[in-house]
Amino acid sequence: MESPAEPIVRIRNLTKSYRRGEQRVPVLTNISFDIAAGEFIALMGPSGSGKSTLLNLIAGIDKPDGGSLTVNGTDIATLSEAELADWRAANVGFIFQFYNLMPVLTAFENVELPLLLTSLARGERQARVDLALSMVGLADRTTHYPSELSGGQQQRVAIARAFITDPVILVADEPTGDLDRASANDILALLERLNAELGKTIIMVTHDPHAARSAHAIRHLEKGELDVAP
Amino acid sequence: MSVPLSYIWRNLAARRLTTLLTAGGMALVVFVFATVLMLEEGLRVTLVETGSPGNVVVTRRSAGTEVQSIIDREQAAIVESQPEIALGEHGLQLASKETVVLISLAKRGSDKASNVLIRGVGSHGLELRPQVSLLSGRMFRPGSTEIIAGKSVAERYQGTGVGETLRFGQREWTVVGIMDAGRTGFDSEIWGDADQLMQAFRRSVYSSVIVKLVDPDRFPEFRARLEADPRLTLDIKQESVFYAEQSQLLANFISYLGMILSIIFSIGAIIGAMITMYASVANRATEIGTLRALGFRRANILAAFLVEALMLGAAGGVAGLALASFMQFFTISTMNWQSFSELAFSFTLNGEIAAKSLAFALVMGVAGGFLPAARAARLDIVDSLRAA
Repeated sequence: MESPAEPIVRIRNLTKSYRRGEQRVPVLTNISFDIAAGEFIALMGPSGSGKSTLLNLIAGIDKPDGGSLTVNGTDIATLSEAELADWRAANVGFIFQFYNLMPVLTAFENVELPLLLTSLARGERQARVDLALSMVGLADRTTHYPSELSGGQQQRVAIARAFITDPVILVADEPTGDLDRASANDILALLERLNAELGKTIIMVTHDPHAARSAHAIRHLEKGELDVAP
Repeated sequence: MSVPLSYIWRNLAARRLTTLLTAGGMALVVFVFATVLMLEEGLRVTLVETGSPGNVVVTRRSAGTEVQSIIDREQAAIVESQPEIALGEHGLQLASKETVVLISLAKRGSDKASNVLIRGVGSHGLELRPQVSLLSGRMFRPGSTEIIAGKSVAERYQGTGVGETLRFGQREWTVVGIMDAGRTGFDSEIWGDADQLMQAFRRSVYSSVIVKLVDPDRFPEFRARLEADPRLTLDIKQESVFYAEQSQLLANFISYLGMILSIIFSIGAIIGAMITMYASVANRATEIGTLRALGFRRANILAAFLVEALMLGAAGGVAGLALASFMQFFTISTMNWQSFSELAFSFTLNGEIAAKSLAFALVMGVAGGFLPAARAARLDIVDSLRAA
């Protein structure tokens, strides 16, 4: 998997369009590119450029119309709904713009949620969640509910939830879009650490050039097509 | 593993008011449902326990009830002399030739009159009904114009307390005792001496003959011989069967009426639950999308919302049942259309009724929750995440 010849994400001739009334609106046209394992890549582009759609396709929560999409050796375009759910649980960590924590669950329980889909015993889950929360600097906030945490703290809980299952890739959709500059910097530093120390492949959609600077590479999308420049 | 129960439960708790109102609506329906079953059961218990299996009631064929039955002295004598009948003191057959008359008495509190059944019993009348005991006063003396009143008669009709007098059959009758018949139908009767009552009402025939068999198992031969006797045209029934049949018509009416009401009300409660659950799904679209993205399957989401609806139903069921259990403190009286007399009975709760009520509540929960849960499970992940 470490071999550069075998990218973690391999996209070939990917197309995706949405139906708007009678019309089909193309979102992505014939996209091909690879993401190497351990990359930290930022996807940029104006609204409607298809960057979020591309991210959703890679994360397996949306299905392409055509082309192939291989992530970690699995062609996810061919998986059934249920197989895809299991695949996401094992391979993808999600980070959302608005954190998407369950408001009725504590920080601990939110982070534990993906582990409920594994066969891990209670004690093991507890140890993992405690470790993850201390890694994001929230060891003293385990019993707090999302409403009792600041935006930055909530996003850190969400990041802990994203890497708790040790997924192959982390997808982040505007992870700093709802945060002030200082909190955003914290989150970006955290993502950089996950990338550098745990070797997580991170794909981040962002508007913010400052945020994009944390990534190793920036890819621009314009009207459903990828730029040629790196 | 699936969506944790704590997530489901706390969502219900977080929407406290909606949860309370929805469960409250279901509780009212369960209350009606349970109350009807308790009423039916109370009626059944009252009438069935009125009869003991070792006793046999003999009435005129096709009379159905004692009030409509006539047995002349000759026929009564034949019945009394059968060998299967147990013997009491002094070697006499344990049989009671009884006469039953309806009189109209004014209720306490209001002057509204209602029918009360007067039973003239023979000397073994009390012995044949071990469930009847004297609550106060004493037994009437044979050959006198003394009567004893059932407990619920004494509570509800004028002139039926110990020492009071009633006028009927052109005589004054003194109430000398109150009997407790252990919530059986006899509580709604007045008892006196059979011969005195027959004279007073100028009757020459009995209404029924009650006998106790040596062994309940000998009932078939007893009945076969009496039915084969060409001098007799009689119905011979075990007492418990006889009284159970008396309750059929009323019990069926209560049960049909109650079921129809329950079904209509339950449709309202189901729609209420459905609205609540649809709102719950709509409000949590993002959460559902997030759970799905994290790897929870459609089936997990379906199950989570069904469990949520089941919890609502269970809460309503428990609350409704708790409310209904208070009804056990009430006694109601109504006209039994088969005997034309007042019958007092109470709401009776048992395990079966509790189980049925809870099951009914859960069925309402599922019926209300299924469509919303299916919608939640069908939500498109990308669309629901965008709903934020």
